[in-house]
Amino acid sequence: MPLPLMPILSALRHHRLTAALLTLQVALTCAIVINAGFMLVGRIQQITAASGLPEDQLSLISVSGLDDAANAQAQRRTDLTALRAIDGVQAAAALDNGSMPLSRNYSGTGACTSQEGFDRAKAARGIDGISGCVSFPSYSGSSDLLSAMGLKLLAGRDFTDEERAAEKAGQAVIVTRSMAHRLWPGQNPVGKLLYGFNGPVPVVGMIQDVLAPMVSGVPDDTMLLLTSTSKGQISSTYLLRSAPQDRQRVLREAAAALDKAGPVRLIPEEQRRTYTQVRREYFQRDVTMLGLLITSSLALLFVTALGIGGLANFWVGQRTRQIGIRRAVGATRGDILRHFQAENFLIVGAGVVLGMLLAYGLNQLLMRQYELARLPLLYLPVGALLLWALGQVAVLGPALRASRVPPAIATRAG
Amino acid sequence: MIGYYFRLALRSLRRTPVMTALMVCAIGLGIGASMTMLTVLHVMTQDPIPEKSGGLFYPHLDPLPLKYPDGGRWGNPSNNFTYPDAMALLTHGKATHQAAMAGGRLLVWPTKAVARPNYYEGRFTTADFFAMFQVPFEHGQGWTAHEDDEHARVAVLGHDLAVKLYGTTDVVGRTVRLKDTLFRVVGVTAPWSPQPRFYADLGSSDSFGQSDAFFLPLSVAVELRFDISGNQSSWAESDMEDVLKSPSSSWLQFWVELDTPQQVADYTRFLHDYAAQQHASGRFERDPETVRLYPLMDWLAYRKLVPSEVQLQLWLALGFLLVCLVNIIALLLAKFLRRGNEIGVRRALGARGRDILVQLGTEAALIGLSGGLLGIALSQLGLWSVRQRPDDYARIAQMDAPMLFSTVTLAVVATLLSGLLPAWRASRISPALQIKGV
Repeated sequence: MPLPLMPILSALRHHRLTAALLTLQVALTCAIVINAGFMLVGRIQQITAASGLPEDQLSLISVSGLDDAANAQAQRRTDLTALRAIDGVQAAAALDNGSMPLSRNYSGTGACTSQEGFDRAKAARGIDGISGCVSFPSYSGSSDLLSAMGLKLLAGRDFTDEERAAEKAGQAVIVTRSMAHRLWPGQNPVGKLLYGFNGPVPVVGMIQDVLAPMVSGVPDDTMLLLTSTSKGQISSTYLLRSAPQDRQRVLREAAAALDKAGPVRLIPEEQRRTYTQVRREYFQRDVTMLGLLITSSLALLFVTALGIGGLANFWVGQRTRQIGIRRAVGATRGDILRHFQAENFLIVGAGVVLGMLLAYGLNQLLMRQYELARLPLLYLPVGALLLWALGQVAVLGPALRASRVPPAIATRAG
Repeated sequence: MIGYYFRLALRSLRRTPVMTALMVCAIGLGIGASMTMLTVLHVMTQDPIPEKSGGLFYPHLDPLPLKYPDGGRWGNPSNNFTYPDAMALLTHGKATHQAAMAGGRLLVWPTKAVARPNYYEGRFTTADFFAMFQVPFEHGQGWTAHEDDEHARVAVLGHDLAVKLYGTTDVVGRTVRLKDTLFRVVGVTAPWSPQPRFYADLGSSDSFGQSDAFFLPLSVAVELRFDISGNQSSWAESDMEDVLKSPSSSWLQFWVELDTPQQVADYTRFLHDYAAQQHASGRFERDPETVRLYPLMDWLAYRKLVPSEVQLQLWLALGFLLVCLVNIIALLLAKFLRRGNEIGVRRALGARGRDILVQLGTEAALIGLSGGLLGIALSQLGLWSVRQRPDDYARIAQMDAPMLFSTVTLAVVATLLSGLLPAWRASRISPALQIKGV
């Protein structure tokens, strides 16, 4: 049955201003919710990015040394022996500078696949845009680093003790798979040379991808490498690997063991953390923002639904007599229901069209101000459908009430 | 008359309780969300030292090489001073007060043998710091410029640290061990914590919040090579042994106090001359015209203390308020127009359009007032949730009396404005047409 458009349009003409306001409200809601949804998805992707580590098995503990004169190298050996002796510890390693995925302790550098490339980068005082050159963070640590981080070698070998003990960095490096893919696409990186500040360095191995200490949600987040040289420091961070359920006990025993293992050091409570906590703290701001985006989107949709429902309610009340007349001249209850649904469909439809334009404009503004990415077009129809559905749900109550208006009301005055 | 309109409004609102509640809720939510974020913005951009801020200035030199890449992720190194530049300004500048400073984290040893030492954040600075920023003292005072020159082992302690170490603040003359060095306490400050911490290395995570636990002469910190917290940037290969004194490594903040416009003009000329001279000698590669003398509030604006997340949240909240207001306008319009009969009768009985406008305006204002009160409650809830965040600005997110007052004002004004259009529209209802139907 074709919808009787003419009566709807003429009814709407009587409420031009109100209908226009409702359209505007739907448009604003549509624009904000679409952009909020887009930011939401982006944040969720960042928060759930895989680190490449067996996260539920890892814990970290840091000690702050008070005596700069102590023998750091020997201290590290003693500490690691004590930590490995703890029941349930499968692997333990010292992290240089406490640097690991999502730790925020960033130490980075740049390198190129050729000496000419590196010289060019040095002359330009920046590595960006020079082909064959990349900048990246790096990790290093004691001999058990790979097994403590749960990393698998995809090719080549781990560092030798000799390489680790070298005075200057630059004996050997291990690259991640995405690093290898960027620098030497389609080739085995093992045996290749990287040119940087310390001259050419041979690549001895390749590992699966791990995340950088700080992430920004781009593919470059997994471009990094391990360097061989590792030095003990009297303040150090240890990474422990154990069964997930053992982590709390292992951390407790590790604190006790380290306390006994050498010169007076501080082992602050907040520096004993499972990797689950590390991840949670790293993304705390994003989670807050996520909560805000969800709450405000829901609140917006709620207020808009209220507006639609409330207005429909008024209109039904106002038109009770007309409805009665229409019923008396033969309109079925279904006809009345459909009238209000179609009216809502038209108003929300106009709002959605305007809203999609606004959403796009808002996205342009956000791109300029906050370096947000371009809104994928798919979000527009999804947002439109959402608001249409919301409108139909909100109008259902008043529309049903209208359809129950008895025809006899037409005969009454008032 | 207004009392009568008030009773009319109450009666009208009671007749549609659900709709009234919904309108009050909508305005309350909108006001609550936007006032939460406006309050956060307010505390982040407030004047940290109102009695002094007009006379405080931050000079900005640019010793970076011409080729230094712009817009780096880690901020602009020229926002901080190199040691030679800071010392030159300190020696040759003619300001009322001037001081160079940097943050530092040091191990502080307890006075009792059983307790363990702990790390505290403090500040390395020069003698004028205390006078320039009017730091209040509980006991003693700051050190002198002479003691700066002598590298005297003197310290000023913050109230909290003094109490923690000694159990009292009356400790002038006693010694305190910081890292490996003994210092003589010359003063204890009263609690002093301007927000934002304008004088510190802004843009790092501690632009708000904690106050300094101790103050030491900068000369001593440099001599003993204490660790600097905050940004340290180097842009040339230099001797790592002396990185703090390197002419191509920035890490210091520098403030001057200038009391008269003449002093400001003189100091600006002095800065230009200094930069021109450094440029001529080949040390500064950039145009000496790029030097600036920022008044305190301009400096805070330049350093952009409000993170983009907070800005986004503010825009989100304001967008939400806008939708709520459009919603209110539409609902009030529908509501008022539906009362055509009643309005028609009142008009026929002699009420002027203006009377109708006032009557309906009273109703709108009543909704606004209730919404505003609800908004206050909701923004307190919102601020409480902001304070649960781990960010440095979170803890200072408190609503003060002016903000409280503006919440209600905003709510009433917003609703009144929203009610104006519907009320005006309804007041133009012609009496004759309506009365016919009754």
